[in-house]
Amino acid sequence: MEWIQQLVNGISLGSIYALIALGYTMVYGIIKLINFAHGDVFMIGAFIGFYAIAKWELGFFPALLLAMVVCAIFGVLIERIAYKRLRNATRIAALITAIGVSLLIEYTTIFFRGAQPAAYPEVFKNRTLDILGVQISSTSILILSVAVVLMILLQFIVHKTKIGKAMRAVSHDADAARLMGINVDNTISATFAIGSALAGAAGVIFGVYYTKIDPLMGVIPGVKAFIAAVLGGIGIIPGAMVGGMLLGVVESMVSALGYSLWRDAAAFVILILILIFRPSGIFGKNAREKV
Amino acid sequence: MKKSKIFWGYAVLALVIYAVVQALITTGTIDMYYKNMLITMCINIMLAVSLHIVIGITGQFSIGHAGFLAVGAYISAIITTKLMLPFPLAIFLGALAAAVAGLIVGMPTLRLKGDYLAIATLGFAEIIRIVFLNTDYVGGAAGMQVKYLSTWTYAFVGVVLTILVIANFTNSRHGRACISIREDEIAADAMGINTTYYKVVAFAIGSFFAGLAGAIFAHNFYIIQPTTFGFLKSFDILIYVVLGGLGSLSGSVIAAIFLTVVSTYLANFPETRMIIYSLVLIFVMLYRPTGLMGTKEITHLFKFGKKGGTK
Repeated sequence: MEWIQQLVNGISLGSIYALIALGYTMVYGIIKLINFAHGDVFMIGAFIGFYAIAKWELGFFPALLLAMVVCAIFGVLIERIAYKRLRNATRIAALITAIGVSLLIEYTTIFFRGAQPAAYPEVFKNRTLDILGVQISSTSILILSVAVVLMILLQFIVHKTKIGKAMRAVSHDADAARLMGINVDNTISATFAIGSALAGAAGVIFGVYYTKIDPLMGVIPGVKAFIAAVLGGIGIIPGAMVGGMLLGVVESMVSALGYSLWRDAAAFVILILILIFRPSGIFGKNAREKV
Repeated sequence: MKKSKIFWGYAVLALVIYAVVQALITTGTIDMYYKNMLITMCINIMLAVSLHIVIGITGQFSIGHAGFLAVGAYISAIITTKLMLPFPLAIFLGALAAAVAGLIVGMPTLRLKGDYLAIATLGFAEIIRIVFLNTDYVGGAAGMQVKYLSTWTYAFVGVVLTILVIANFTNSRHGRACISIREDEIAADAMGINTTYYKVVAFAIGSFFAGLAGAIFAHNFYIIQPTTFGFLKSFDILIYVVLGGLGSLSGSVIAAIFLTVVSTYLANFPETRMIIYSLVLIFVMLYRPTGLMGTKEITHLFKFGKKGGTK
């Protein structure tokens, strides 16, 4: 029974990774950039949620919505200010800029509010449900349902709406899409907005689940979400979801076996194994580079 | 000028710098504070140059350099503090251990390219850090007490050795193979260059000198902790190379010296320092993506139009 409990914990944690990973994978799919600052958008989302709930006394869902909106705007700003000029730059230049943006967000936050952690207020009475002998906290279920609803919404946007169609077209071939009359810049901004909104939502539910947030909290989940995206096949949306869930479950299992200090190492080992043996991820197809 | 003459010119310059600083230290003109800053400067130069051979010369984007620094630091600390062996041996073995770690990391990961390589090296550096964090023999999270053994002499010899080996490597046949990989890996491969071999060699050399820097780093402070060798340390090293110019050895050295001075004065304002660093990274990448010096060396500025001058 304890295993099932760990599995449920793993899936809750994994759904947070999955939400962040979706942003990574969408941005990578469209402009081939590892957006290192994505983990920091997640952190900003957590803080917006914190201030909304603790200081302005909003409920959980308004706070979640507010965090998503602010993060979406923030994501678009990052893209317009820092990344837009880099469309034709080398990969190394883009990556270094992303690292720079990430450090800038982290340390500007520390500069203004200090590095000390903040305790998230309790938004829901945490009850423990007993389902067939398995103890599941109500927060786990809440996290999972919020994540699932957002993922379904994302699938709907990507596959059924006009902007989703544009996003798919640009990620396939930006130049051809431009010739077809698609506004590539706006589409990229929309991608950043959607990805950042998901990261913001992940930040709020992370805060509710772990009850402690700090300005450097985005670093490790950010890297793990990237691992999740690579695991599922970068650029592939269902891949990011499965990768995130899988990573969460693996981490919970490693903890359950008594190696909780090695949890982060396990994630990196998975990353390296995947990169060496199947660089295109679980769902990816192998594409040869053309000269 | 003949190559050997240039070499002896630099050798004399190095000796003069060493003698002047050593004289100032013995007479007490340079106090402990500035001496410490000089040693930190030397460590940072070694780190910058050792990463330069990986990123600047071979074009392999590694952001896990702090991992090799950690290996050098811990192995050398174990040798002097736990095994009570002499310091020079500890430096050598620390560097060697880092080179071996570089080989182990490099062989599988260097088949990857660009972003994937970056994230894989970051992952390896974290794994190295977590291993030290969970090893009780080296003190775990609390860290490890280390004897204070680093002197200006060790640090300076380390810098000279690092620059000498890496500059010579760059100008050799192997170095040119590495540069060709940086310019276009597929074309280099088509020309019959064993790209994986050269990438691993450059990576191992870079790791060796990072380990050397780590040994001196560990014995310059009284304690080493796993948290010192995290992402931020890797990014610190990265910024030396990026600011100096991707592909410029003298650029990395100058950037390392300059940023050491800046960060020493900003030591009481760590947030401000990181904000400045990140803004520098962003602006340099947006307006001058090859770094301030590009691939030019400082000596190129003094010989316009001559052989080996500006391209």
